[in-house]
Amino acid sequence: MTDSVLYSVLLLVSLGVIAALVLYVVSKKFYVYENPLIAEVDEVLPGANCAGCGSPGCKSFAERLVNTDDISELFCPVGGNDVMKQVAAILGKEVVERDPTVAVLRCQGSCDVRPKTTEYQGPRTCAISAMVYSGETDCQYGCLGDGDCVKVCKFDAMYMDEKTGLPVIITDNCTSCGACVEECPRDIIEMRPRNKRDLKVFVGCLNEDKGGIAKKSCSVACIGCAKCEDVCPKDAIAMLNNLAYIDPVLCTLCRKCVDVCPTHSIIETNFPPKKVKKVVEKKVEVKVAVIKEHIVAESKKSKTDA
Amino acid sequence: MSQPIIISASPHVHSDRTSKKLMYDVVIALIPAFLVSLYVFGIGAFIVTAVAVISCLLFEYLIQKFLMKTTVTIGDGSALITGILLAFNLPSGLPIWMIIVGSLVAIGVAKLSFGGIGFNIFNPALVGRVFLLVSFPVQMTMWPTAVENNATIADAVTGATTLGMIKEGLMFGDTMTTISANLPSNLEMFLGLSGGSIGEMSGLALLLGGIYLLIRKVITWHIPVTILVTMAVMTGIFWVINPESYASPLIHVLSGGALLGAFYMATDLVTSPMTKKGMIIFAIGIAVITVVIRLFGAYPEGISFAILIMNAFVPLINTYFKPRRFGSKIKSKIV
Amino acid sequence: MLKTFPKGGIHPPENKITSSKGIKRMAVPKVVNVPIAQHIGIPAEIIVDRKEKVEIGQVIAKSGGFVSSNIHSPVAGTVTKLDLIIDSSGYKKQCIVIRTDAKDPSNFEEIEEPLKIDIELEPKEILQRIADAGIVGLGGATFPSQVKLNVREGTTLDYLIINGVECEPYLTADHRLMLEKAEEIVVGIKILMKALHLKKAVIGIENNKKDAITLFKKVINKGDGIQVAALQVKYPQGGEKQLVRAILGREVPKNGLPLDVGVIVHNVGTIFAIYQAIQFNKPLIERVVTVTGKKLENPSNFWVKIGTPIKDLIAEVGGLPEGTRKLVNGGPMMGKAIKNTDVPVTKGTSGILVIAEEEASRGEAKNCIRCGECVYVCPMGLEPHLLMNLSEKGMYEKARAEDIMTCIECGSCSYVCPSHRPLLDYIRFGKNIVKKLENSKN
Repeated sequence: MTDSVLYSVLLLVSLGVIAALVLYVVSKKFYVYENPLIAEVDEVLPGANCAGCGSPGCKSFAERLVNTDDISELFCPVGGNDVMKQVAAILGKEVVERDPTVAVLRCQGSCDVRPKTTEYQGPRTCAISAMVYSGETDCQYGCLGDGDCVKVCKFDAMYMDEKTGLPVIITDNCTSCGACVEECPRDIIEMRPRNKRDLKVFVGCLNEDKGGIAKKSCSVACIGCAKCEDVCPKDAIAMLNNLAYIDPVLCTLCRKCVDVCPTHSIIETNFPPKKVKKVVEKKVEVKVAVIKEHIVAESKKSKTDA
Repeated sequence: MSQPIIISASPHVHSDRTSKKLMYDVVIALIPAFLVSLYVFGIGAFIVTAVAVISCLLFEYLIQKFLMKTTVTIGDGSALITGILLAFNLPSGLPIWMIIVGSLVAIGVAKLSFGGIGFNIFNPALVGRVFLLVSFPVQMTMWPTAVENNATIADAVTGATTLGMIKEGLMFGDTMTTISANLPSNLEMFLGLSGGSIGEMSGLALLLGGIYLLIRKVITWHIPVTILVTMAVMTGIFWVINPESYASPLIHVLSGGALLGAFYMATDLVTSPMTKKGMIIFAIGIAVITVVIRLFGAYPEGISFAILIMNAFVPLINTYFKPRRFGSKIKSKIV
Repeated sequence: MLKTFPKGGIHPPENKITSSKGIKRMAVPKVVNVPIAQHIGIPAEIIVDRKEKVEIGQVIAKSGGFVSSNIHSPVAGTVTKLDLIIDSSGYKKQCIVIRTDAKDPSNFEEIEEPLKIDIELEPKEILQRIADAGIVGLGGATFPSQVKLNVREGTTLDYLIINGVECEPYLTADHRLMLEKAEEIVVGIKILMKALHLKKAVIGIENNKKDAITLFKKVINKGDGIQVAALQVKYPQGGEKQLVRAILGREVPKNGLPLDVGVIVHNVGTIFAIYQAIQFNKPLIERVVTVTGKKLENPSNFWVKIGTPIKDLIAEVGGLPEGTRKLVNGGPMMGKAIKNTDVPVTKGTSGILVIAEEEASRGEAKNCIRCGECVYVCPMGLEPHLLMNLSEKGMYEKARAEDIMTCIECGSCSYVCPSHRPLLDYIRFGKNIVKKLENSKN
């Protein structure tokens, strides 16, 4: 009895020792030197492996940061300036501060305003339906509504609004990694600067058709009337191919253009309602159409009140 | 126009074959064998089949609806086939609760836990059958005799399967000559008058259904023909060497569910290889394993195990036996 | 035993309802929309302005590069605008809109010319003329013909194959053309044989067009070096590689061209266009289009000016029937579904197919049951189920290793799939990505 216990204990112990020896020898034999800085930098990085920096993952970005002399071109959009400063401290290199950005959806073509004229049958991914044709509506520039951007978002910052058929960006969750921008076959998602209260003014349309055609396919399309260009005090609005574009750097968020746009294709977000001096709480979700309606209703109400 | 125009990528026409039709063709092909078993075993065969089918459908419904929370696909006929094939592999007197357990294993473990139709690696009915065979060996090898009041065939039906009798006889040192005195004749086996599980009774009925499947192009000849030929050749070699210790190839081909396995179980679309080359390799593997089990193994019958073992090799076969790519090798040269 | 290609292929219902309908000449449309991208390759460059008067056959857009083609005005009239118009790709593309001059007699001249057999031009001139006339492959691929005929010195070339297979269901444009213009086509073949210094040519025709086979056998003289090959009916026999394999038993190497096995393949429609260009100096401004569909009042074949809106053609056959759910530019296997009837006829439009409700919808895609049907029917020896999986999962490198790029997009796999899986949709998508990856590497 004691013998068998003894033998089995001995056997197991010796097995363990042999295994440990083998492991030790192998780990010594095949040891690969790695710059300890890489691990240190990797520690600081967000670890989301989103590839927003251009490297396939945080580890390889860390390697790039360590091995590149001038890292001013490299930036981690998710970590932002804070992380980059820490990286700079570790590596003793210079980093350039960048303005934080956030993804915005430049299309308001919901089911109500942009009627479907055809029915697509096939795999429901934007990439494939864009390959087959210009989409179920008559607008060949706007959102296809199959949600490739939502599928690719790793930060739960997007979801498909079933009512409008458009994706919605949850600004607070958006890390501006740029995956959705990359994925969208129509390039309707743009990275625009993020300010403190997340105030934005931008053209919510990419339709390059002539006014009448654009308007026919979508009632909130930019018709290229250039009224906004005329009214802009800072020359921040440029017209190209029947389409207005607001330069985020020049724009001072004065919102004059929003009022003159005949099709309401210029979107303003998170501004307090006009003529009411109450500060609206910061909205978590930017639901463009709803907010606009809200604002219009509010302003109408205040007018009638006055 | 009332409804919008449909846009889709080409092709814009489609053959009228659907997976549902394929499944129901298999069901139709199984009808003759079922009728024979009804004739031989009477109401018992009906009860076993009905219980297996109903419980398979029910388990599929319950699991998909409440556990997986996906769309329920009991209408596509695959669970129906699993039920029928499971029943066909059971003896007709099996307790009902065992059939239900077998169905649960077949549908729940072998099929749905892999992701449902198309994703299962092993033939669900066979998994259910083998599970029952190893769990309840006694009940699973109690072959009931013929229906008492069916006087015409009462004599022909015995209490054990042909292969079982041979195996037992050889174990006790009998020679084939003495054993075969008790065996049903080849013709009887072909018509379905020997003992066995519900579906493996009649070679003729199984062959009829198999031919129907071949005509309807649900299956191709590659798997069944290769299995049967390889089995016949292998057992034939042993038989020629020593006819006293080994049964004749005809007995092997006609008994022990070889036909059922070759035509209905091994050809299961999901769990068989996709190329003709692969199918032949697969079929040879099944036949070799079956013969080895039958001649040298503990079980008298081995095709279920053989098919399951080869099922596991299907992904490998699919990887290594690919169709020849067009233009990958130029045969003719420019003159 | 009739010849065919050995691996794969399907037999979709033929539905060639218009095979007995002679080719009628469409009335000259009031307005034509001529897209500048009617061929594979670089779009042509517009060389006319708004309000400019154009003659019939005048070059209005010049070849924009090596793989490109001239585009000629199909009518005499005035350029009204340069506009974006949706074409069969489903996207708005640059078009030249020309209003037909109702008074110009050249628009309404009877253009039937007598048969002209003597070939006056020299090989070099022939090739130049083909390039000038803007001839592209009229079988549907619209590959510029002059590029295809531009055979590098030293290439061994011994056969010219004429593709009269028309394996697509419904379409009968080539069939009718062969019946009505057999002698002209034979002259066209001789022109190409002269241009390429070839001694041997074979016309491949499927056996469901027995009348065309007998007609050609009658028309061809013994000394011409032209043979007629009757082929088994099987889709996609009209694919170049399949056709070469069927007729000559030569297998075009992977990622190669028929040229690699000494063969050049041309469609009968292209041959007729070449005949017209060489003998009468007529550019490619019209083609035969089959307008068909089970529910149409009067489906038929037409000579149609390039740029004619499809709605004109549909009006000609009795209008869209009730319950039309799909319009296809081309045949049912490889044609493109179009968005509306304003889409113009282009050089590649071999047919307009009107599909009713019952056949228009795709079945719901179900799980793959691994039946292997797609593998058996693939004429290229591919595994469509695997390729679909790989491109769905984004494993493009693996897909390339599995030869996704050799797919000819014939659609046989999607046609047979009993689970209605969108195999070709994903394979096409995967091909696109693999192509992009390859381009970015180079």
